Amino acid sequence: MIGLEHYLTVASILFVIGIFGIFLNRKNIIVILMSLELMLLSVNINLVAFSSHLGDLVGQVFTLFVLTVAAAEAAIGLAILVCFFRNRGTIAVEDVNMMKG
Amino acid sequence: MITFAFYLFACVAVAGGLLTVLARNPVHSVLWLILTFFSSAGLFVLMGAEFVAMLMLIVYVGAVAVLFLFVVMMLDVDFAELKSGMVHYLPLAGLMGIILLLELGMVVGISSGWAFADAAPTLRAAVAPAPEDVSNTAALGQLIYTRYVYLFQAAGLILLTAMIGAIVLTLRHRVDVKRQNVLEQMYRDPKAAVELMDVKPGQGI
Repeated sequence: MIGLEHYLTVASILFVIGIFGIFLNRKNIIVILMSLELMLLSVNINLVAFSSHLGDLVGQVFTLFVLTVAAAEAAIGLAILVCFFRNRGTIAVEDVNMMKG
Repeated sequence: MITFAFYLFACVAVAGGLLTVLARNPVHSVLWLILTFFSSAGLFVLMGAEFVAMLMLIVYVGAVAVLFLFVVMMLDVDFAELKSGMVHYLPLAGLMGIILLLELGMVVGISSGWAFADAAPTLRAAVAPAPEDVSNTAALGQLIYTRYVYLFQAAGLILLTAMIGAIVLTLRHRVDVKRQNVLEQMYRDPKAAVELMDVKPGQGI
């Protein structure tokens, strides 16, 4: 029988893969954004798993907002990326130092 | 049957996630990401959250992943060069991943024997209990449009902000193309534009 723990395990593995991807692809901002999407997906799986396990729909409502924010974040991030590429001709993360941050 | 479906979707999701971060070509990464989204939508269906599953397919696969694909294909970047440090970062990344996985495994591990507190079910009870007689989508709709309507509006505002931001960031006004100036065309006067000349035979103007 598949219980709550199984879903939590899948979600935690996906979250770890997301963090692993961020560390592994430190130069490639596009794959970093994809790893962020993976982490948000695992958060969504957690929320829905608890929601269906407890019979409380608020978790799924919250999932909708996480999804909204993830979509907005991807759109803005990629827009910034396109804008940056147009100005500098590169998207390598280590070259992004215009603001001396 | 459900057990088999769960393990199938879970394994495909995890494998897709791994290949997303490991793939050499970013286009392949996006395609693996789409596979991960599909199989996690399957997991959502198994959990009884059909609406979130369909939303996952429409929003993530239909919009976000295609946006990624579009950007990856549009930018002319030498991705092989970006991948060059991967072997260098692998030990640190693997260490981080293994440590975090162990920690999370201790929290949610199947054999760790965690449980809800005794008072938890009553404390949390009936925040928004799932109605028994309607489908998941109808129940979510009843909840979103009544109790969480302001949060729903806020989500819309977030999307509006993202849309305006993306347009403002990427719109550029090119000066080297000819554009139609409607006002100038409308105010053009025939008397100023056309001149009738009386040309005598045998002579030029």
